Amino acid sequence: MKYFAPSTVEEAAGLLAQPNTKVFAGATDVIPQIRAGRPEPEALVDLKKIDRLVSVQRTDAKWVIGAATPTARLTGNAELAAEFPGLVEAAGLIGSDQVQSRSSLGGNLCNASPAADSVPAMVVNGVRAVIATPGGGTRTLAVEDVPAGPGRTNLVPGEFVVELEVDRAPARTGDAYLRLIPRTEMDIAVVGAGVRVTLDESGTVTDARVALGAVAPTVVRVQAAEAALIGSKLDDAALAAAAAAASAACNPIDDKRGTIAYRTHVAGVLTRRAAVIAGQRAAEKNGASR
Amino acid sequence: MTIAEDPATTSPGYKWVGTRMIRPDGFEKVTGRARFGADIKLNGMLYGHVLRSPHAHAKIVSIDTSEAEKMAGVRAVITGADFPDPSGPAGDQDLQRNVIAREKALYEGHVIAAVAAQTRAQAKAAAEAIKVVYEVLPHVMTVDEAMAPGAPLLHPKLMTKGVDPAPTEPSNVASRAVYQGGDLDLGFAESDVVVEGTFTTKPVHQGYIEPHAAVADTTPNGRTTLWCSSQGHFTMRSLSAKVLGWEPSKLKVIPAEIGGGFGGKTTIYLEPLAVRLSQKAGRPVKLVMSRDEVFRATGPASGTKIVGKLGFKNDGTMVAGELWMAYEAGAFAGSPAGAGSMTALAPYTVPNFLIEGFDVVVNKPKVAAYRAPGAPMSSFAVESLIDEAAKKLGMDPIDIRLKNAVTEGCQATYGPKFPRIGFVETLEAIKNHPNYKIPLGPNQGRGVASGFWFNAGLNSSATVHVNEDGNVIVVTGSPDIGGSRASMALMAAEEFGIDAARIQPVVGDTESVGYNDQTGGSRTTLATGAAVIEACRKVIADLRGRAAKQWDVSLDKVEWVDGQAQHVEGTQPPLSLADLAKGWNRTGGPLTASAALNARGVGSAFSTQVVDLEVDPDTGHVTVLRYLTAQDAGRAIHPSYVEGQLQGGVVQGLGWALNEEYIFDRNGKMENPGFLDYRIPVASDLPMIDTIVVEVPNPGHPYGVRGVGEVGIVPPLAAVANAVDDAVSRRIHDLPLSPVRILDAIINKDS
Ligand SMILES: Cc1cc2nc3c(=O)[nH]c(=O)nc-3n(C[C@H](O)[C@H](O)[C@H](O)COP(=O)(O)OP(=O)(O)OC[C@H]3O[C@@H](n4cnc5c(N)ncnc54)[C@H](O)[C@@H]3O)c2cc1C
Repeated sequence: MKYFAPSTVEEAAGLLAQPNTKVFAGATDVIPQIRAGRPEPEALVDLKKIDRLVSVQRTDAKWVIGAATPTARLTGNAELAAEFPGLVEAAGLIGSDQVQSRSSLGGNLCNASPAADSVPAMVVNGVRAVIATPGGGTRTLAVEDVPAGPGRTNLVPGEFVVELEVDRAPARTGDAYLRLIPRTEMDIAVVGAGVRVTLDESGTVTDARVALGAVAPTVVRVQAAEAALIGSKLDDAALAAAAAAASAACNPIDDKRGTIAYRTHVAGVLTRRAAVIAGQRAAEKNGASR
Repeated sequence: MTIAEDPATTSPGYKWVGTRMIRPDGFEKVTGRARFGADIKLNGMLYGHVLRSPHAHAKIVSIDTSEAEKMAGVRAVITGADFPDPSGPAGDQDLQRNVIAREKALYEGHVIAAVAAQTRAQAKAAAEAIKVVYEVLPHVMTVDEAMAPGAPLLHPKLMTKGVDPAPTEPSNVASRAVYQGGDLDLGFAESDVVVEGTFTTKPVHQGYIEPHAAVADTTPNGRTTLWCSSQGHFTMRSLSAKVLGWEPSKLKVIPAEIGGGFGGKTTIYLEPLAVRLSQKAGRPVKLVMSRDEVFRATGPASGTKIVGKLGFKNDGTMVAGELWMAYEAGAFAGSPAGAGSMTALAPYTVPNFLIEGFDVVVNKPKVAAYRAPGAPMSSFAVESLIDEAAKKLGMDPIDIRLKNAVTEGCQATYGPKFPRIGFVETLEAIKNHPNYKIPLGPNQGRGVASGFWFNAGLNSSATVHVNEDGNVIVVTGSPDIGGSRASMALMAAEEFGIDAARIQPVVGDTESVGYNDQTGGSRTTLATGAAVIEACRKVIADLRGRAAKQWDVSLDKVEWVDGQAQHVEGTQPPLSLADLAKGWNRTGGPLTASAALNARGVGSAFSTQVVDLEVDPDTGHVTVLRYLTAQDAGRAIHPSYVEGQLQGGVVQGLGWALNEEYIFDRNGKMENPGFLDYRIPVASDLPMIDTIVVEVPNPGHPYGVRGVGEVGIVPPLAAVANAVDDAVSRRIHDLPLSPVRILDAIINKDS
C-alpha cells in the first residue's frame, strides 16, 4: 500500500485519478476497516496536508469547513458552536478525545454509515458538500444527497469532498442533535435525531427541519415532522405529531444494536426532545442571532 | 472509605499493614517499561498466525497444508496431528482438544492449524492458504437447545455424571450437581409467600484489556522457555506439558506482566502452539491474539437458565428454596454449575432446599473462570426473588436479608459450618450509610443485593533474601494482577519492622521459586502472603540466632523489634538488619529462607451492595446514579487495592447487568467480537463506586486476611434488576438489562 500526502486539491485530484486509490482524512474509519479485513487499496491519499481541507472560515454569508478538519477544531470554535450548537455537539459525539483529534466531517459523511452522528445535524442545517471532480472542477451536493446506502456514496471515482459549507443561521434559529447509545460514549447511535427550527417574534415556528440517523439505509429527512412543527409554538400536540411522523418515517433493521420496534419508537422520542431543545435555543437567540 | 472495625478484634497496632504505599511496579507500568506478553521480542523470532474454524460445529474431513508450507517466509505449519493423541482423564483430553481441534471443530474460533513465518503478513497469508474440508454439522447454542430431546451431540460419548440410575445414552449434559436439605414440600407448604421465576443470563467475557500472547523458544535439546501473560505460570507449565506430552520440567515459564485476567488467564490457548511451532521451526515463535480471537476463542463466563422458587414466612423467614440451574459450559464440560449451586443460597439459613446444577455443553467457546465463577448468575436469580418477596411482605430489603443471614456456626447449604464471617456486618454497614437514605426522584430506583464467595487457599511458596545492605527481596510465584507486590511488601515490612520501601517484591519464574498455584480464587494475599510471612519469620528466627551468637547469649535473650535485634535487658547495643547482614560471614553466611504451604484457614467473603439508578421511561436507558458496596475483607493489607478490587468487581457486574452479552447469528457465529458492540462500561457510564471495607478478621490468617478479588461481582446483577423494578415496576428476569429490553418491558407490560 502506497501513501501520498498532496498539498493541493489539484494534486490530490491527480492522484485520485489512479485506480484503486482511496482518500482519507482522520482514517478513524479507514484504518479499523482495513484491520478488520477490508481489502487494502493500492494507495492512500492523505487529505490533511491540504490547507484548504483543514480550515474553518466564516464570511457574512456562510461558514466553510474544510472536509478534513479534525472535529476537535469544531468543538473548540466558540463562534461556530454558538451559531450551530446542535451541529457542533453532533460532531463532538464522535468517539473520544483521541478520535476527535483526527476525525472529520468529510470522513463521517463519506464513510456513509447510516449511524454517522454529524450527518443528521448537517442535513437539518442545509449543509452542502463542495466536491472536487476529476476534471479539475467542483460541484456541490446537499449533504443528504451524498450517501447512497450503507458504505456507498453518490461521489464518482476520483471525486472527493473539499469543504462543507453552511449558510449563516437566520435570526431566532436553533438546532439540536440527540442520539441513543446504550453507553454514554464510545458507541454507535442506535437512533439519532437532528432538528432545527426558526421562530418568529411571537415564538411560532416558521421553518423546521428534521432528520434521522440509523433508522434507514441513509439519513432520512422527515418532511411530515417538519410540517407538524411549522406554524406551531412547539406545543404538546405539535411535538407529538412530529414524533409520530418521525416514527412513521423509519425503515430500520433488526440487528445487534437494536430492534425495529425500538428504533421506531425512540426515533419519535428523540425527535420530540431535540425539537424542544432546538426551540429553546431559538428562543434564546431572540433577535440578534449573530 | 469507611472502615467498620470490629472492636473486639481491632488490629494490634500494625505499622505497615493497612497503609497505602505506592505500588512497587507502578513506575514501570506508568512509564511503559513493564513488559507484557506481546512486548517480548527475541532474536530470530518468527510470527505465528492461527487458523480457526469458521463453523460452530463441523467435522474436519481433511486439512491440506502443502500449499501453505511452500509459501514465502513460512517455517512451520502445525495441525492437531502434530500433538500426541488426546489421553488421560476426560478433563485433560478436553484441554488437548480445546487447544487444537482433532476430529471436529466445536465452536467458531476453534483452532484448526497454525503457521510460523518470517512476518505476520506471511503467516496470515499461509494460514489462509491451508485447505480445510469441513462437513458442517447442526449446532446447539443454548441450554434449551442442547438439552432438548434429539439435540445434536457435541461429544458422542458424553454420559451425564451425577444422575441415578446412570444414563445409557450420551447427551450434552456433562453432569448434575445436587445440594439438598430438609423437606422441600413441607417447606413450601408452611410458606406464607412463595416467589418464583425463570431467569436467563448471556455469556459475558472477562474483558481484560491485554489479549493473550505467548513466545516460545525451543532449543535443539528440547529445553523450552515460554514467556506468557497469565494468572499463574506454574499452571501454564503443567497444562502446556499435558498438551505437548512432556514432563513439566522440560518447560521454563517466565511470567510477563499481566494486563488483566479476572479468571480468564487461568488456562492455556496459544502456549502449546507456540512451543510446537518453535520446535518445528527451530526458532523462537511469537503468537498474539487479536481482540476478535480473544472474544471468539477464549473463556467467556457461562450463559445460564435458572428456574427458582423461594418460600417465606410472613415475618420474612426463608423456609424453602428450590433451584434448577443449567450452565453453558461451552464446547467442553466444565461450567461452574457446581459452584453456582453451592453459592446460590449460601448466605442464608434456609432449612428446606433442593438445588440442582447442570453442566451443559454447547457450540460456543469453552467457558473459563470469571471472578467468583458461577456465583453471579445463581445469585441473580436468588437475590431477585428475595427482593420480590421483600416487596410482597412489605419488608426492607436489608431487613429480610438480616433475618436470614448466616453467621458463625451456621451450616452452609453446601455443607460446612461457617467460622467467623462478616455478612451481617456488610448488611448493617449499608443500612447505616447515608446513601441508603437519600430520597429518590421519579423513575429512580434503589436495589439491594448480597453475595457470597468461598475464596481459595491452595499452594504457595515464597523465598526471602536479605541483601548485604540489609534490604530484603521477597520472591513469590504469584503474578501481580491487583497490586499483590505491594501487599507482599507490606506484610514483609510488618514482619521485619522495616520500611516497606526497603522490600523488593519479585515475581519469579518457574525455576526461581517454589511451586505456586495461580493468582485466582482471591487467594494470593491470603496464601502467598502466608508463605511470605512464614519465610520472613524463618529469617527473623535466624537473625535472632545470629545476634545471640554475636553477643554470646542464649536465644531467649534476643528479641526482634522494629527491624533490629535487641537484648531483652538492653545490655547490648541493638543490631539492625544491615548490621547483621554486614556480619554474615562470621555468623553463618547469607540470610535467606523459603516457605511452602498448602493454605488452610480460608476465610469466606460476603458483599452487600446498593445501587441507585434512573431509568429513562421513553428509551429504557439506565443511568447509574450512585453505587455503594460493603465487603468483608478480613484485613485490608493495602486499603487502596482492596477498594480497587471492590470497585472493579462492581464495574464488571454492572457491565454484565446492563449491556454485556455475546451475540450470535443463526449459524452460531459471534456478531460482536470487539469492544464497540461488546459493551463493557466506559468511565463516563459510572458514578464513583463508594466502598465500605468491613474488617472482620479471618481467624485462619496471621493478619486476618480474607480474599477480596471476587465476591464483589456477585451482587450487581440482581442489585441492578431490583433497582430497575423499583424505578419502573418491571421485574425483568433476563440479562442484560439493555435499553431495548427495558423499553420493551415498559411498553409491553405483560410480555
Ligand atoms: C473509537 C471510535 C469511535 C467512533 N465513534 C463514532 C461516533 O460516536 N459517531 C460516529 O458517527 N462515528 C464514530 N466513529 C467513526 C469515525 O470516527 C467517524 O466516522 C469519523 O468522522 C470519520 O472521519 P475520518 O476523517 O477519520 O474518516 P476516514 O477514516 O479518514 O474516512 C472515512 C471514509 O470517508 C472517505 N473520505 C474521507 N474524507 C473524504 C473526503 N474529503 N472526500 C471523500 N471521501 C472521504 C474515506 O475514503 C473513507 O471511506 C468512531 C470511530 C472510532 C475508531
